Amino acid sequence: MKNVDYDIIVVGAGPAGSTAARYAAAGGAKVLMLEKDRDVGYPVRCGEAVSHEGVAQFIKPDPKWIASSVSKFRLIAPNGSSVMPKLDGGGYVLERRIFDYELAKLAANEGVEVITKAYVYDLLREDGKIVGVKTLIKDQKVDIRSKIVIAADGVESRVGKWAGMDTTCHIRDMESCAQMTLSGIEVDPDVLDFYFGDEVSPGGYLWVFPKGNDTANVGLGLSVEEAKKKSAIKFLHEFVDRKFPKAAILTHIAGGVPCAKTNPEIVKENVILVGDAAHQVNPVSGGGIISGMIGGMIGGQVAAESILNGNVAHLREYDKRWHKRLGWRHDIFYNIRNAIGSFDDKTYNNICDSALKLPEDKRTLGGIFRAALWNQPSMILDVAKVFLQ
Amino acid sequence: MPQPHLMIHIVPGKCDYCGCCVGVCPEDAIELMESKIALIEDRCTNCRKCVWACPWEVIEFHREGVGHLPKHTPQMLNEAVKF
Repeated sequence: MKNVDYDIIVVGAGPAGSTAARYAAAGGAKVLMLEKDRDVGYPVRCGEAVSHEGVAQFIKPDPKWIASSVSKFRLIAPNGSSVMPKLDGGGYVLERRIFDYELAKLAANEGVEVITKAYVYDLLREDGKIVGVKTLIKDQKVDIRSKIVIAADGVESRVGKWAGMDTTCHIRDMESCAQMTLSGIEVDPDVLDFYFGDEVSPGGYLWVFPKGNDTANVGLGLSVEEAKKKSAIKFLHEFVDRKFPKAAILTHIAGGVPCAKTNPEIVKENVILVGDAAHQVNPVSGGGIISGMIGGMIGGQVAAESILNGNVAHLREYDKRWHKRLGWRHDIFYNIRNAIGSFDDKTYNNICDSALKLPEDKRTLGGIFRAALWNQPSMILDVAKVFLQ
Repeated sequence: MPQPHLMIHIVPGKCDYCGCCVGVCPEDAIELMESKIALIEDRCTNCRKCVWACPWEVIEFHREGVGHLPKHTPQMLNEAVKF
């Protein structure tokens, strides 16, 4: 450990942290990134599906981190009927353990230093001011100084709390998730499957995301309000026993996804939050890779600007730019999520039936959305806001 | 205010260290490291949010208190071979 001060310390080396570190260093700052686990990218806590368009903003697609390229998605209603619209622009199912590694390498190429197995247990303060972080690196306590701290410490973020921001996710917004990677099964490598209904995941959805034609991530998320009654792992076991009884289980993971609006505070003094720590997740899909990377990019850029012009108060700009870019959409998506969360099995069946009545070329996400609106008119206002902007 | 009578029990060996419980804890009462999890007992208010949030049923609620439960310390399983 070199005895130097940094401009910026990034806590957490997931997609949001690596992207924040990369753009902060590219902007001229001296950056250190700390990861509590031994490896960047592992363990994976994610369904791993992203859009082509989202990823391509940040990294050139590379077969080594693409498990499947998908062009369709299938929505499966509680009564078993299904509709399979085209996915605008297509998507990937990632190998996150390699993808995250590559993102960290992009940061390293900009000059970011990285330490793994480095757990941040508190903020370092002097005269009441935050001047860095306290870490446990391979069982040694080490204080590291920096002018700015970027907290990319995930759903379990505590750095924000220590800085005085309330990042607790309300239990109605937290999705309690369980996932298995199953092999020795038959799946269509071109299709993302989404199952809806009270039997599989009340108020949420269950996903089957292919990784090749014999392997898939099978997982589900449900609001903690629902999980109170029956846990995510119980729902998942029931589905897998029914649908893939002979599958080999290659991994078995738990996770939490904050499907909320952006945290009310994401900047406090010289600390900013990015990614899941800032609740920068699309509240409808629960997807947080790309939106976290966008948050990380903006956060990293603004942090570097603050360092360069010697004005930490400039960090406020991050909050503004995030909300202008994506935050406003997430606010509206959050309202849509709440509407969808109240759908019962009958509503899902009706949506699927109306979608199947559409001519095949009209079976796009938009077309199905309109069918959904027919069943839930109160959503119209919220949706109009999304598409009229 | 922390309660003297702790009712929350984490079964560490069952935990996947995903952090869902930490995300909903309003008291910052859970410490989570790479493969260690611990309840910060004097902060816990027995609110049960972590119990409900845990996808894997790792966190238990015991109304009668957790004092009688065994502490989870690492144990040698194989002591047969001595060098």
